[in-house]
Amino acid sequence: MADDTRVPTTEPVDEYEREPVPERAWLGFTSFVGQYAGEHTAGTELMIGPLFIASGVSAVDVVGGLFVGNLLAVLSWIFLTAPIAVRARMTLYFQLEKICGRRLVTAYNLANGIMFCFLAGAMVTVNATAAGVWFHFAMPGLNDLYPNSPGWVVAVLVMGTLITIVAAYGYKVVARIANIAAPWMVLVFVAYGIVGARQLGIDSIGEFWTKAQELIWTGGAPLAGRAKFTFWHVMFFAWFCNMAMHIGMADLSVFRYARKSWYAVGTAAGMYLGHFIAWLAASILYAQQLHAMPGNTDVLPGPLAYNSTGVAGLICVIVAGWTTANPTIYRAGLAFQAIAPSSSRYRVTLITGAIATLAGMFPAIAMKLLDFVALYGLVLMPMGAVIFVDFWLAKRLGFRDRYAERTGVGINWAAGLTWALTLAGCLAVVKMGGLEIYFVGLPGWFAAATLYVVLSRWIQRKEART
Amino acid sequence: MRPAARLVSLAALVATIVPPVLYFYGHMDLDATKAWMLVATIAWFVATPIWMDR
Repeated sequence: MADDTRVPTTEPVDEYEREPVPERAWLGFTSFVGQYAGEHTAGTELMIGPLFIASGVSAVDVVGGLFVGNLLAVLSWIFLTAPIAVRARMTLYFQLEKICGRRLVTAYNLANGIMFCFLAGAMVTVNATAAGVWFHFAMPGLNDLYPNSPGWVVAVLVMGTLITIVAAYGYKVVARIANIAAPWMVLVFVAYGIVGARQLGIDSIGEFWTKAQELIWTGGAPLAGRAKFTFWHVMFFAWFCNMAMHIGMADLSVFRYARKSWYAVGTAAGMYLGHFIAWLAASILYAQQLHAMPGNTDVLPGPLAYNSTGVAGLICVIVAGWTTANPTIYRAGLAFQAIAPSSSRYRVTLITGAIATLAGMFPAIAMKLLDFVALYGLVLMPMGAVIFVDFWLAKRLGFRDRYAERTGVGINWAAGLTWALTLAGCLAVVKMGGLEIYFVGLPGWFAAATLYVVLSRWIQRKEART
Repeated sequence: MRPAARLVSLAALVATIVPPVLYFYGHMDLDATKAWMLVATIAWFVATPIWMDR
């Protein structure tokens, strides 16, 4: 996801920040397969799978929706992100700066940093549920918004502090642990599903699908306070949970190192291991819990993992949460530091981690992770549309590309207004039109692309006349 | 040293996934499954840093 909510577990790339990546630094296909496979098997996957069950999804809808949605996500990386990345070979921020201007990129960084902080908070929440297994304090329920026990607050505080200190001072060590843990973690996630299925009474592959429809993804009514999920909910969620990265173009920074644009096929490893197998396995664990204790609707990755695979499963929760929270906090810090370049990276990371820890104390973010992840993608999506149009269509449609670079303006108002109006429009449709947040991203992208063309032509013509 | 560590890592991965499969088919109980997975986890994290990413 992270997430999920996708978040890198490898060392953030901070070379060639203001120049195209030279050929000697280009990377091969397997680098991207490994990176995406590791990144997308995160602690938050253990929240997302159960939340599908809580939304009353059926077996056909969840399997079909995840298959198609993940395929669309992979195709988005292949056809939208990577072709621009291998031609421009610049970071998202540098490319945005050329189009939007320094001041607008600062606003983008602020939005990005804040969203990263909340996402890291959800990862700290996941880790704290592992502590609950050992220390037996009261943990939040599915619909809790606020911390519900002193033990919970202390657990989040301790986990968040450890993660933050490591993010600031020992980043490379955790990045290495993340790489080492990745193959083992994938297998433990698979083990969650296998053990959970057996605990539900399924004991042969042949009967899995039939029993899955009866016992796991039953398609019944959602739990209280949850929206009913259909194929379309699952498909759009799977497609857009990483919207910031593919359609939103954040992964320009990753694929600028790719020798060929088709290397983006490697994202399929992350999608189908993390956002297919891991989500399904986690949802099996939750179904087993509901089957064994019908009144227990808590989505707590620690106890869920421990009850199925013991201490190994619990270690997996901690490692998965820690190795993804670490770079998320680090990246949030980088985004904030870009706003105040003179500040120390360590101090910024420590402050960022403190905010994430505070956010992690409030279970609302983790328990509403599906909505939060959709919002996260939506906030950053319009700038992806701006980059796409500016790169491919500007000259053909009669306006200048890289407007800020050519004119030296601090804010390209065409881009700024596109961002604000698209976001306001999408949120208005969600709040007043009753359309769920998972469905506004697609029309929102076309609206943003159209707005950017119209506003750019209008503003640039107006300036040409004066 | 490194080839031996690679072998241990491979065995650890096998020992991570085979016990759950045996449990699924009723050939191992849950406590033994959990114990084998923990042993495999320890073996993986001891052996793998010796050869991976160095």
